[in-house]
Amino acid sequence: MADEPLVLGIETSCDETGVGIVRGTTLLADAIASSVDTHARFGGVVPEIASRAHLEAMVPTIERALKEAGVKGSDLDGIAVTAGPGLAGALLVGVSAAKAYAYALNKPLYGVNHLASHICVDQLEHGPLPEPTMALLVSGGHSSLLLAPDITSDVRPLGATIDDAAGEAFDKIARVLQLGFPGGPVIDRLAKEGDPKAIAFPRGLTGSKDPAYDFSFSGLKTSVARWIEAKRAAGEEVPVRDVAASFQEAVVDVLTRKAVRACLDEGVDHLMIGGGVAANTRLRALAAERCEKAGIRLRVPRPGLCTDNGAMVAALGAEMVARNRPASDWELSADSSLPVTEPHVPGHTHDHVHDHDHVHEVSKDNLYS
Amino acid sequence: MLLLAVDTATPAVTAALHDGTSVVAESSQVDARRHGELLLPAVDRVLSEAGVKLDAVTGIVVGVGPGPYTGLRVGLVTAATFGSVLGVPVHGLCTLDGLAYASGIEGPFVVATDARRKEVYWARYSDPRTRVSEPAVDRPADVATELPVVGAGAVLYPEAFPDGRGPEHVSAGALAGLAAERLAAGADFLPVTPLYLRRPDAQVPKNYKVVTPK
Ligand SMILES: [Zn+2]
Repeated sequence: MADEPLVLGIETSCDETGVGIVRGTTLLADAIASSVDTHARFGGVVPEIASRAHLEAMVPTIERALKEAGVKGSDLDGIAVTAGPGLAGALLVGVSAAKAYAYALNKPLYGVNHLASHICVDQLEHGPLPEPTMALLVSGGHSSLLLAPDITSDVRPLGATIDDAAGEAFDKIARVLQLGFPGGPVIDRLAKEGDPKAIAFPRGLTGSKDPAYDFSFSGLKTSVARWIEAKRAAGEEVPVRDVAASFQEAVVDVLTRKAVRACLDEGVDHLMIGGGVAANTRLRALAAERCEKAGIRLRVPRPGLCTDNGAMVAALGAEMVARNRPASDWELSADSSLPVTEPHVPGHTHDHVHDHDHVHEVSKDNLYS
Repeated sequence: MLLLAVDTATPAVTAALHDGTSVVAESSQVDARRHGELLLPAVDRVLSEAGVKLDAVTGIVVGVGPGPYTGLRVGLVTAATFGSVLGVPVHGLCTLDGLAYASGIEGPFVVATDARRKEVYWARYSDPRTRVSEPAVDRPADVATELPVVGAGAVLYPEAFPDGRGPEHVSAGALAGLAAERLAAGADFLPVTPLYLRRPDAQVPKNYKVVTPK
């Protein structure tokens, strides 16, 4: 099997149609078509609009990626696709395209997990992932702490949000402040000119009896909205920059605090941060500061690789090929709630390849009950 | 000529191979919820039954609907992707035309399929090859007729469509047969874009894509 497999990855779990091509851990192409502008006036991603846009963009985006990478479809060692989790109708377009593409080229198909892809993408930026990898995934759809002894076969959830995803909180606060959708980038920008200590917003689930690795952003969101409404009711001007900075600080404080704690508790000496919210400049800065203090090496991909893209799917697909993981079969389903514990969806009819099992000495002792 | 036809606009997941004269192989399953899982295996089945590989195909035929959205896109994206890889043309046909062609009814009739939400997708025909109205989506009572009505719409709404006829769902074999005739006659095809006939429900679901494990 090729050490540096050439793999094309397709991502359609939300509103980005992404097609990436990698060779091993080297990024060759990352083509993206986004329908985000169409969703803006609704204040969130409208599933049917996203699905329609994926269908229109699918084939042109594949062709653009191949051209960008300078490779032919027949050169590929495999096709990877996000099988889930995500929006059902949106996933179905990518999965159907990937099947047709793999079938027509007579190449193996790998249905892979979106969350595991968000972690694996860092290989394209910082080289092979350490094993185990501690990952904080934060986006509009997910906020979780994951421990991955083997990104192709063993991903374990340590904690997750019990209500809103971090990115969702950014969108909702941006809506209250009338800043438009998506909220992340604009709040990040305004917060730079505000005082993060101006208002003491609550830090959810940080009490001594609260679950150590779970998150909650719903209380924070309500508290910020109430604060803004009180100002408005009193006829005072809302200090938008200070609100943005103080809200953002509350989110990233909790995220980084819990992530660093998980690393220390589990004896993992580095932290990977991925997902759209990982593009937030304050999150990156505070994580860097706290990781350094704790002696943890921080790995955060560049912003373009943090948001949803095809390269991350290709990166995980390449790892599947390199480690001889069984391919998916032609009945592969789009699974909107694919559990994070399933990094890929092997076929039932294939003979399972018994390669050398990846043993992780470190992980055996200090990985959980 | 070797045409591969697929359609996922109705509850049937259907694929067929046609050599320009007749259907060489065909596979149809009715399962409205599993278009995504069933289509590629169906394509694989008809090709192996015919003993040919996909690259022997000279053209792709696809039913572009109208049809309920999610399943409809499976056939379209599959056809478009095959066309792109193989470098062969992809011919779009109205799914209702496939049903009309298969019915063989000489004389005026209507084709009506299930549009869900208590509506039908429908069009009028003067003969099996000639559609005389644009496909539309309406409530059965608003388009009730004494004329023969082909398709699942008649089965679902007998009070509006008393003279129901078969077939209930489209078959890729019929679509391919119609396409072969049209190709021979130099007739036009539809672009490979879906006939949704409805605007998207522009609603952001609460907690969209909350997928984190618990
Ligand atoms: Zn994501």
